[in-house]
Amino acid sequence: MSHLLEIKDLQVTFGGLNALSGLNFHIDEGEIVSVIGPNGAGKTTFFNTISGLVEPTSGDILFEDESIRGLDPNQVTALGIARTFQNVRLFPNMTIMENVMVAQHCRTSQNVIGALFQTKAFKKEEEEIRENAKEILSFFGSRLVGYRLDQPAFVLSYANRRRLEIARAMATRPRLMLLDEPVAGMNPKETAELTELIGQLRSEWGFTIVMIEHDMRVVRDVSDRVVVLDHGVPIAQGSYDEVSINPDVVEAYLGRPVENKS
Amino acid sequence: MTEIKMAPAAKVLDQDWRNIFRWGAICAITLVFISLVGMPAKLDLRLIINPTLSLGYVSLFWIPVMFGFVASTHIALEGMEVSRPGMRDVLTGLFTGLTGSFGLVLLILGMNNFDITDPLVNWGPPLLDLLTTGRGIGTGILGWMAASAFLGMAGASLHVLTPLLRRIVSSAILGMISIAILEDAIDDLSEGFRLEWLVDLIYAKRGGLTNKSAIIVAIVMAAVSVLAQGKVKKAKANFFALEGPARKKWSVVLFAGTAAVVIILPMFAGGYVNSLLANVGIFLLLALGLNIVVGLAGILDLGYVAFFAVGGYSTAVLTSPQSPWFAPEIGFVPALLVSVVLAGIAGLAIGAPVIRMRGDYLAIVTLGFGEIIRLLFMSDFLKPYFGGAQGIVNVPGVELGFLTISGTDPKGVFYLVLAFSALAIYISWRLQASRLGRSWMAIREDEQVAEAMGINTVNSKLMAFVVGAVLASFAGSIMVARVGSVFPNSFMILVSIIILVVVIVGGMGSIPGVIVGSFVLIGVLGGPRQPGLLQEFGQLKLLIYGALLVFMMLKRPEGLVPSARRSQELHQDEFLQDAWFKGDDEADGSDEQTASAEGEGASV
Repeated sequence: MSHLLEIKDLQVTFGGLNALSGLNFHIDEGEIVSVIGPNGAGKTTFFNTISGLVEPTSGDILFEDESIRGLDPNQVTALGIARTFQNVRLFPNMTIMENVMVAQHCRTSQNVIGALFQTKAFKKEEEEIRENAKEILSFFGSRLVGYRLDQPAFVLSYANRRRLEIARAMATRPRLMLLDEPVAGMNPKETAELTELIGQLRSEWGFTIVMIEHDMRVVRDVSDRVVVLDHGVPIAQGSYDEVSINPDVVEAYLGRPVENKS
Repeated sequence: MTEIKMAPAAKVLDQDWRNIFRWGAICAITLVFISLVGMPAKLDLRLIINPTLSLGYVSLFWIPVMFGFVASTHIALEGMEVSRPGMRDVLTGLFTGLTGSFGLVLLILGMNNFDITDPLVNWGPPLLDLLTTGRGIGTGILGWMAASAFLGMAGASLHVLTPLLRRIVSSAILGMISIAILEDAIDDLSEGFRLEWLVDLIYAKRGGLTNKSAIIVAIVMAAVSVLAQGKVKKAKANFFALEGPARKKWSVVLFAGTAAVVIILPMFAGGYVNSLLANVGIFLLLALGLNIVVGLAGILDLGYVAFFAVGGYSTAVLTSPQSPWFAPEIGFVPALLVSVVLAGIAGLAIGAPVIRMRGDYLAIVTLGFGEIIRLLFMSDFLKPYFGGAQGIVNVPGVELGFLTISGTDPKGVFYLVLAFSALAIYISWRLQASRLGRSWMAIREDEQVAEAMGINTVNSKLMAFVVGAVLASFAGSIMVARVGSVFPNSFMILVSIIILVVVIVGGMGSIPGVIVGSFVLIGVLGGPRQPGLLQEFGQLKLLIYGALLVFMMLKRPEGLVPSARRSQELHQDEFLQDAWFKGDDEADGSDEQTASAEGEGASV
């Protein structure tokens, strides 16, 4: 039985530092998996490695049974893996509409000739890009549409920037979406709303989701499985309830209980 | 929206002496600097009003006016009290001008007593004569003190005048000076329109306006400015308020009107105006190309002249019978096509190695490539192929089958340049709003993220290089056909820099900006070797280029006609404030409050 994403003995070292070592796990189609762990555990390195920004030292990553190790980030995205960034990285001076339009780059094909001669195919594709962008943006209610479409992204509030980043990832039409701390900096109301949207991303749009998150309520509410990393090593896997009482996990977060030598 | 409270005017003698001396000192230094670089002496030959005023004196006179104005400006902050401009400010201007004049006073005294012509070439009797108008040291010193004080006062008085009066005064003076500067162009145009009598009436025989006509021109310009006041703005607002078919109709009308003027006017113009416009057009082509590379894709290419050279040399080799190595002597059109292909290949060849670099490194490497190309054409090694420093001469004109444009026919060359400029504008415009254009913008914003969003950044950047190179090769081919020869020294690093300045001053990423930039810089000041309207400037134009660049970076970094995006970017705070004033963010009230509250919820 094949998995959507399979990580085999993944190891990443920066100089002498083992950012990730011996990572082995898989993600199946339609799952929502959370990756948790204390700061510096290697969670973001893990995402960067999958999306091609960091080259693994050894091991392999299989997406739909094919190795994506060593591919450029744009090739990985074209295969169907999209991501968001922990420290929101939009194209701040492009409009909200353009941010989502530009992300459809790898799903469209018109070139210079089409643009210069304004061919039918070019116009049709532009129209489709716009329609798609509007459809995706309206997933977040009225916040990113209407007059907002033509405003530069830097005017958005923090929460809306996070939403736009998810919209941009959606526009690449991925199979697998990597969300890096999607609710960081949001208030409880917004967090609850986005938690629901993450569920909808799977049920309505059919994305498989891997998510790094520090907010344990979100992790509990949406994830099918939780993977815990510490110092680049996976220390536990399983459902939220299993993981949350695992002594290794508790130790990683809170430290070893002081032994009473009396 | 901005409420500024006006307090009564301050007491007349309650002056801010520190402020006055500071601006006065800067004014003095500027006056001495301008005098010693030789600007007044050089521009003295160009008369504004014959025989009263030459451009040389204007180059000094504007300085006290400006500093008088600046020194008496109050910085008005919202909600703060500002005293009403009055006599005090006029006096501030007067004192600033007076302080400034001491620069020239010291210069006159110094030149009278010491001889340091050795390091300072312009130091000496000619400048002394000019500054004292030949009437002796005492008159000169007192004259400058009076003139500078008066001009400083005049500058400061601009604050006191009502807006209408200010408009009248400034448009009268600026209008008069521009009409005087445009003399050659107007003279040239008048022949086509059979209006020589008007020119004879306005301008004196030896150049410049006559005393009488200067007054008349000033009155006419002021009247026009007052009558047109607000109308242009209103028409523009009306136009942008239109929607749908009405707007489309007016756009077509405007476009047709502009096209008609651009096409018909040169028919009546003589060689001078046409060759001036052809220069502007060649640099416009280059600037549009560089605008794609720098303005859209954000690749700071300092060696852009390389593609200009490749275009020029390929056309010369292919068309000239004097080409030393391979002289197929084909026509201009096939030669141009081959040049475009070769420039595209050069774009790929230079682009491929530098494209993986970023920022400063990329700029330095492209700078190197620009020089390498020129030195290769110059080298003895390639002399048998490209003629070395002697270049390739005898390049024939342009044969289009039905007509032949020789390089010496300014009108023909102008239409050729016009056609290619139109093509280049069309290409830039269409690419900007395409999938490729969007990918360029994304790369400019954040290259790593652009790549993670599925953009093949290497391909996109190479495309920017190639499109830029193709536009530069148009310019190169036309220039070679026009001049009839090509030399390595036409492709100095300075050309790259000047094209970049055109793009920056005009407005990066903005097609109208680049057009305006080429007209202002190349048309008025002139290109690296091409004279502009103010041909007397000679090499001093580089000084003006530099000063203009510094001024623009400080005061208007988005350029003369900025793209909406650039001005938003550079004035983000104001833009956000405006959005906030409009109540745009009401819907997100809850978001705003929590934007700063990080790590909420059950974080572990």
